[in-house]
Amino acid sequence: MELSTFFQQLANALSLGSLYALIAIGYTMVYGILRLINFAHGDVFMLGAYFAFYAISALAMPWWIAFVVALGLTALFGIGLERAAYRPLRDSPKISVMISAIGASFLIQNLGVVIFGGRPKSFPSIALFDTVVHFGPVSVLSVSLFIPVVTFLSLAGLLWIVNKTKTGLAMRAVSTDLDAARLMAIDVNKIVSITFGIGSLLAALGGIMWTMRYPQLNPLMGVMPGLKCFIAAVIGGIGNIGGAVLGGFLLGMMEILIVAFLPELTGYRDAFAFVMLIIVLLVKPAGLLGKAQAVKV
Amino acid sequence: MLRTDSVSMRFGGLTAVADLNIAIEKNEIIGLIGPNGAGKTTAFNMITGVYTPTEGKVFFKSHDVTGMKAHRITHKGIARTFQNIRLFKDMNVLENVLVACHLRMDVGVFASTLHLPGYLKKERESKDFAMSLLESVGLADEAAESAISLPYGKQRRLEIVRALATKPELLLLDEPAAGMNPQESLELMDFIVRIRDQYDLTILLIEHHMQVVMGVCKRMYVLDYGVTIAHGTPDEIQKDPKVIEAYLGVE
Repeated sequence: MELSTFFQQLANALSLGSLYALIAIGYTMVYGILRLINFAHGDVFMLGAYFAFYAISALAMPWWIAFVVALGLTALFGIGLERAAYRPLRDSPKISVMISAIGASFLIQNLGVVIFGGRPKSFPSIALFDTVVHFGPVSVLSVSLFIPVVTFLSLAGLLWIVNKTKTGLAMRAVSTDLDAARLMAIDVNKIVSITFGIGSLLAALGGIMWTMRYPQLNPLMGVMPGLKCFIAAVIGGIGNIGGAVLGGFLLGMMEILIVAFLPELTGYRDAFAFVMLIIVLLVKPAGLLGKAQAVKV
Repeated sequence: MLRTDSVSMRFGGLTAVADLNIAIEKNEIIGLIGPNGAGKTTAFNMITGVYTPTEGKVFFKSHDVTGMKAHRITHKGIARTFQNIRLFKDMNVLENVLVACHLRMDVGVFASTLHLPGYLKKERESKDFAMSLLESVGLADEAAESAISLPYGKQRRLEIVRALATKPELLLLDEPAAGMNPQESLELMDFIVRIRDQYDLTILLIEHHMQVVMGVCKRMYVLDYGVTIAHGTPDEIQKDPKVIEAYLGVE
């Protein structure tokens, strides 16, 4: 393989990994607070992309306004999703909430088919993100350069909120012990809403950048990335934000590099994520950065 | 200060607490005792809003707080500790106290995220307050240590400090002396009386160490199988035949 091909693939891997990381954060945050896998997270990601699409194409907004609107709407949608599908089941067995999450996922997908139509749509081209940039023999789409930067900035902002603010302290308290946090006068519902809002906002950010990178939208576009990012979060150690980012990057890198170096395995690209999951669960069940928890019996 | 009006808690067919009538005046230290499973912690859970009583009413400073959400009740001025220590174990000692301080620190999400000057000032005040609390109980030197690395007795004290940081008027202590040796229990008794005077508190405590309860409580209530079987001063309780029966059995 030539060096230029290697760098080309590395650039691809970096942007795919960043996108995975951004989505995986949403899974891990919700799990950290509620011990719930939000299976509808991939569909929230899809909605973010559609909101941006309609804001630009139907409402003719400038792209940056459209993006802000889409991020806001998706965050609100995530908050509403928690209110409608998860909060009423807060004290029910975990399995009920999980089934509700799976149901919500199917509902959003199928409503998407009804409302947006099943036929794929193509995302409008935005010059800033849609130019090809050449570095010697390596050429990448400009959006691929933005993706890692945006991911890095979002991650920095998130870590700031979690570690340096009152809201973040409350989030950590709720995540350690929900009942004790409540008795410290923390409004748990508010913290849960904020968590869903932030997670959904990051998913929307991922969704928008995803459609600019792979410029096609369809109502099922969230299924595969959603599943893979869930795996990324588990690989990194679910509940751990740094772990989700690490898992996302690892998964993205491995996926692209395997396809690049072993082209005959391209067809197994999606299966690869699951193989990786199985290996990690066998070797380090708590995930790479997860702490093994002793269960009191 | 606190009055419960015939509160009962039923779980399906099981009555955990029946017709509980407690009345506490300001600055009293009152004990709630009884054998295991008598419903003491359930009573705490009803007062602090963890459970909504199936029947009856809870009044705090003459306001009806029955069925109010736990975080609202803490706002009103009731704080508690737990039987099995429930510190935020991923945080350090100071952060554990700061979490509780934030109740009285009224700033919005945006001001806090952007670290606006008003927020920074209040944040500093909270830190000072938290440190002064830790100092007053001799935990200031451990402020930066992780909460679970503290020895057991200090974890108990930290839990009480965390409850104090919400600036309560009524403090509920669930078995504060659990797992302590006689010497530590004696220190705890002094500590409880001291914080009562220093922070102008009213205290209701659950305790099995008779030495502790008899030593600090002016009056006490005795529960057995959810039913209040006795109420009175330590002397009266020690002589009460029903209490002796509940604790020792009777021939």
